[in-house]
Amino acid sequence: MKLSKTQPSTHRTSRRSSWTRRHLLGGLMALPALFALSNTALADAANTTGLAVTDDTVKVGILHSITGTMAISETGSVQAEKLAIEQINAAGGVLGRQIEYIQEDGASDWPTFAEKSRKLLVRDKVAAVFGCWTSASRKAVLPVFEQHNGMLYYPTFYEGLEQSPNVIYTGQEATQQILASIDWLAEEKGAKTFYLLGSDYIWPRTSNKIARKHIDKLGLKVVGEEYYPLGHTQFNSVINKIKLKKPDVIFASVVGGSNVAFYKQMKAAGIDLTQEKPLLLTISVTEDEILGIGGENVEGAYASMKYFQSLGNDNNQAFVKAFKERWGDDIVIGDVTQAAYLGPWLWKAAVEKAGSFDIEKVQAASPGIELTTAPEGYVRIHENHHLWSKARIGQAQADGQYKLIYETEELMEPDPFPKGYQ
Amino acid sequence: MFADYTMTELTSIFAMQGFAGLSLFSIFVLMALGLAIIFGQMGVINMAHGEFMILGAYTTYLTAQVFESLMPGLYGGYFFVAMFLAFVVTFALGALVEWLMIRHLYHRPLDTLLATWGLSLILQQTYRSVFGAREVGVSLPDWMMGSIAVTDLVEIPINGIFVMVLALLIAFAVYLLMYRSGWGRKVRAVVQNRPMAEAVGIDSGRVDRVTFALGCGIAGVAGSAFTMIGSTGPTSGQLYIVDTFLVVVFGGAQSLLGTIASAFTISQAQSTMEFFLSGSMAKVLTLLVVVGILMLRPQGLFAMKVRR
Repeated sequence: MKLSKTQPSTHRTSRRSSWTRRHLLGGLMALPALFALSNTALADAANTTGLAVTDDTVKVGILHSITGTMAISETGSVQAEKLAIEQINAAGGVLGRQIEYIQEDGASDWPTFAEKSRKLLVRDKVAAVFGCWTSASRKAVLPVFEQHNGMLYYPTFYEGLEQSPNVIYTGQEATQQILASIDWLAEEKGAKTFYLLGSDYIWPRTSNKIARKHIDKLGLKVVGEEYYPLGHTQFNSVINKIKLKKPDVIFASVVGGSNVAFYKQMKAAGIDLTQEKPLLLTISVTEDEILGIGGENVEGAYASMKYFQSLGNDNNQAFVKAFKERWGDDIVIGDVTQAAYLGPWLWKAAVEKAGSFDIEKVQAASPGIELTTAPEGYVRIHENHHLWSKARIGQAQADGQYKLIYETEELMEPDPFPKGYQ
Repeated sequence: MFADYTMTELTSIFAMQGFAGLSLFSIFVLMALGLAIIFGQMGVINMAHGEFMILGAYTTYLTAQVFESLMPGLYGGYFFVAMFLAFVVTFALGALVEWLMIRHLYHRPLDTLLATWGLSLILQQTYRSVFGAREVGVSLPDWMMGSIAVTDLVEIPINGIFVMVLALLIAFAVYLLMYRSGWGRKVRAVVQNRPMAEAVGIDSGRVDRVTFALGCGIAGVAGSAFTMIGSTGPTSGQLYIVDTFLVVVFGGAQSLLGTIASAFTISQAQSTMEFFLSGSMAKVLTLLVVVGILMLRPQGLFAMKVRR
């Protein structure tokens, strides 16, 4: 503005002429839009807020790390989401529209996640995003989703203590994973003493805090609690401590590459998990991680999850078959992969219930949505945007699969802000 | 601190922790030797060191696959073949990288740092494309798993002993090469005074190439050994790189003896503190001590005078 005041008047005239040229251009460009108007009128009822929805397509985003350190974990989620989208399309799409996905790479870097989610919401105007894996990436994109009013379907089991109208959490929050498993350990295995061991960041620390409270409540004892930096590769010291303290249960939430080191070193140090002295229960090792650890090193360990690839129900049989047909025979499916698969289906159900792609209407329609075709059996969205789901305990086998040992009879209520556990 | 334990338990603690420290020590030595040769002798900061290690690990993985499907009878001995192949493959890649990239960047340490960091990213993505983003499981022959029970509490893992022996052998071989062979004499001559070494007829370019390749080859053997205790994935190399640099810098860049002394100090400190504190706190304290000592002695524990 300042500049133009000092400009000589000749420049102003030249600018005016460009103005008219721009007008003309604008008018020309509006022509096809006029023709298209009759088309968009149809889309309008289902889309009043300018999302990327046409008569026969709707755009969604997939936002995971396909490069960087988290690619190991997030690959399965991407595969599951693509499979679900393809299946929905094959069955006729959502409100008659085929789903087109735009995939972005979060590159294991939290600011990149935020930037890419802004791109998906602002530039691409996607109707929903399926993505994120770590809590850190979710925390990074949350303000973006709330500011630009997007929908995020988040697949990972996580520490809880969060609830946003813009997020549907398709994995378990901490209490769903922990409470039932500790009850089971106490009742079925007669466990009295626990050793809590995890990687050093928010999820293991919050999970262990809840575990410790619950163990205290049952009148049992925690004999050790320990955290190691992410990527730690030497567990000999803690294994020695475990040998000395002789706990009944090692409650493990070690993540990533550290897992491989931990289980290999446990085995090398002569702790045979199949003997159950001590017994090990993990909340972080799914079938995906066992691929890297090696089934023979983790055989006998228990895991508390909501889904195992080996579940025998018909939904899961069909899901595993389709997954293997799409992504190869030697692939395994872990808890989070299944939760990621639920995302597109839950979104489809919510859109169809609302009769619209509008974010507000999808949000309003979401609580109470149920999915009877879920591989894990049956899930329902709670008012707090988490899922009602069963807690299950499986025992790791030498072939890298879990054998189902126990499941809760009822669906467990999601409780992201558990009273008395904070 | 000690009150919770009985006397026999305390003895066992020290025995086991001593052993844990020793096996950490041998791991540090294996990781750091290759880097010490490259960094110390050539002044090249090789940020892709971890990726060379993982190349060794992947070579081991492939060898295991081949033995499992073609020669199951010889499976028990595949590991030795795998280590040899790991050395050959990483040595070859090291020589290639030196020829394509490093030799153009001598005397520009910051540029080599960036270039090798770029190389590490390229290698990571290559592994990801070839082997997949997930970690691969390298299975071990049965005789290498398990442990020798000395008493009820004290059990010594066999693979720990294996790594220890390997570290000793490689350290000894490097010592022979550097201080008892004609080639080692040439390397040391080039390090101490390059123009003079060239003047007496040493082909310093060739010495550089072999030195770099040798450092990478040792990284490959280390990576192969680490499949026993750690993970093998595209980014696993990153888990080791910080500790490796720590050991080399703390020991004094030009000195192989310094590298070994610093590996010993850091590993013993780390594993002793790990027992009485938490893992994270032990790491923090170790780093603090190292930073403190480096402030007082920036050249590291052992330093050698060289003409620049």
